[in-house]
Amino acid sequence: MHLSAEDFQAIVLTLQLASVTTVLLLLLATPVAWWLAHTRSVWRTCVASLVALPLVLPPTVLGFYLLVALGPHGPIGQLTQWAGWGMLAFSFWGLVLGSVVYSLPFAVQPLVNAFEAMGSRPMEVAATLRANTWDAFFTIAVPLAKPGFVMAAMLSFAHTVGEFGVVLMIGGNIPDQTRVVSTQIYGHVEAMEYAQAHGLAGVMLVFSFVVLLGLSWFNRRSNHHANGHQKAGA
Amino acid sequence: MKLRLFLALAGAFYGMTTHAGEVVVAVAANFSAPMQKIAKAFEQDTGHKPQLVIGATGKFYAQIKNGAPFAVLLAADHETPERLEKEGWAVAGTRFTYAIGRLVLWSKQPNLVDDKGDVLRSSRFEKLAIADPKLAPYGAAAMEVMQRMGVQAQAGSKLVLGDSIGQAYQFVSTENAQLGFVALSQISIDGRLTPGSAWVVPQSLHTPLKQDAVLLHAGKDNAAAQALLKYLQSEAAKTVIRSYGYAL
Repeated sequence: MHLSAEDFQAIVLTLQLASVTTVLLLLLATPVAWWLAHTRSVWRTCVASLVALPLVLPPTVLGFYLLVALGPHGPIGQLTQWAGWGMLAFSFWGLVLGSVVYSLPFAVQPLVNAFEAMGSRPMEVAATLRANTWDAFFTIAVPLAKPGFVMAAMLSFAHTVGEFGVVLMIGGNIPDQTRVVSTQIYGHVEAMEYAQAHGLAGVMLVFSFVVLLGLSWFNRRSNHHANGHQKAGA
Repeated sequence: MKLRLFLALAGAFYGMTTHAGEVVVAVAANFSAPMQKIAKAFEQDTGHKPQLVIGATGKFYAQIKNGAPFAVLLAADHETPERLEKEGWAVAGTRFTYAIGRLVLWSKQPNLVDDKGDVLRSSRFEKLAIADPKLAPYGAAAMEVMQRMGVQAQAGSKLVLGDSIGQAYQFVSTENAQLGFVALSQISIDGRLTPGSAWVVPQSLHTPLKQDAVLLHAGKDNAAAQALLKYLQSEAAKTVIRSYGYAL
């Protein structure tokens, strides 16, 4: 297998991007998912659809809008310049922003499912026992929804690793800053360096398979546990 | 059963595109605008219907080698048609230069780019967009220009790479990059430049961007394909090509 120093650089950068994105996504998706799981607001369907948009939009549409929005006259570009962060396009943090948007549904959906499956009963019981809301959330809701969190984290991470179109459009292919594995493979293929493309593509294939394998194993295990609990309860 | 239906449909579509009087043309991205004009005039004059597929030359190369039904290739360089001919995918003796590309340093800001390109020596920009020199001839030419000017060290750390000259244009036109090397054809409409500031790079600063056309094997017996190649060398076509800033 031919993996050059640049290929390794791309792998490390991809892992960094996916890690940062996953942490930020969990922080952002948790309150959104909680609200979606519990609200009776008329806005619920509207927000749920907005969150799901990246699932159906082609990455070129997301990338194009991001590119325009990040520019000096775009809303995000004006905000970041005003805040003194400069411009985000072609930077690591620009990619983080793009990845958070792109993978948002993959973090929110498993959490909504977990919170909904939990129901409102555990939190009500906690309230009657005078636990304050934050306390109840961290000591009851989070442990109960743990499979949801694990699933959200794994999906966000894997989906960000597999991101391509958005990165291509706002990244600018800078080594060590925005050149991730998927764009590096694309470059190899375009330059007809098929041997190198094979090396990296193989790594990607194995990684993706292992993640999916892990996910379904984890799913089976937590379902099994849940069933076990129910039986014990009955 | 499903497979058979698919094959029948695919065959039907394939048949449609290679029908007599029609010609599928693979066109380099930088030549998209002039070619659309030329194709219209060609259709009016001859009745043949050209169908344009716009894209990157390197991608076309891979597609042609894998059986893409293109009859004619208008490449962004002269190496690709040459290589296709050598490897037996193009008809020998049909190659010719249809346009010579001009490189331009361009910014959307009115006063940023001066008429010598000295802005490259300054610190008045943060990002400089070019097409990936590994993939696109215009990108390779841009690198050459910076080497000759001796600004590679300063400007090199500010480079952002588009995967084609089309993307380099995108980066500059959305102003995410303050300036960039693009094709003159991308910013000239009827002899006028798009607003902003630009330096048309002297051709002495880089290897000529010779863009060659060639008849591909899929178009060997296609009268429309041959007519189109002839038309591209006519005065009418050359006038259009020059109006987009190409040398010829």
